[in-house]
Amino acid sequence: MKNVNEALMVGRNTEGKLVRRPLSPHLQVYKPQMSSMTSIAHRATGCALGAGTLILTYWLVAAATGDHAFAVAQAIISSWLGLLVLFGFTAALFYHFCNGIRHLAWDAGKGFELPEMHRNGNIVLVATAVLTILFWILGFIVWLV
Amino acid sequence: MMNDSSTPTVHIMRSQLGRARGLGSAKTGVHHWWAQRVTAIALLPLSLYFVLSVIRLEGHTREQMALFMGRPWNTVLYLCLIAALFYHLALGLQVVIEDYVHKDSTRLASLLAVKGLIFFCALACAVSVLKLAF
Repeated sequence: MKNVNEALMVGRNTEGKLVRRPLSPHLQVYKPQMSSMTSIAHRATGCALGAGTLILTYWLVAAATGDHAFAVAQAIISSWLGLLVLFGFTAALFYHFCNGIRHLAWDAGKGFELPEMHRNGNIVLVATAVLTILFWILGFIVWLV
Repeated sequence: MMNDSSTPTVHIMRSQLGRARGLGSAKTGVHHWWAQRVTAIALLPLSLYFVLSVIRLEGHTREQMALFMGRPWNTVLYLCLIAALFYHLALGLQVVIEDYVHKDSTRLASLLAVKGLIFFCALACAVSVLKLAF
């Protein structure tokens, strides 16, 4: 091999012979677990929220542009498709929010033990559902009055 | 000499240390990690504020929204939110791109494109908030 990046994946075994270092297998090989799934979902929701910031930008720019632009933006956002996207956006936001707290706790060295990790993973999932439903109930009440 | 496929041969006359050198800095790498955590902590209260502000602004006219953004605390909180949010997003997407895009030229191009778009959106959001406020 002549590629430096490739050469970095070469090590020596105990007999001093050059060997290719093992690479971890692809995702589909593993059984879905709390640890891997919540981690993947954290990244996925992060990317989804990144796409969601385009909606935030559009909303703010439309509001700053003028009455007509804002009316169009409000009509798009309050359409069925708009509300569906917004629902996904809030669910992603609350998941990333809750699991982000979990990550910050891990950074502080807390909650790493497997039983604890499974427990706080479940808490994140329940909290995401509760916060998302709460948001839409609150939004519905404000819409009614 | 036998050369079976399981024992790779390296045709590079450089030591392991020499190969590793220049591929990454050990000096400023922690800044990315730290900035991601700091913006994450800032976003905890800010995103809750944002979510509540969206519920509050629901069904409002443009004038009412401008009035809301014009209150100093709201202007400042929205600007803080925009700064922390887009910075956090830039740091996060950078890692995703670095993980999945392996070709050097494509990786550099996607990093520049994504970061440029994020900077553009952040500026558009901040200017819009300020225009509504003043």
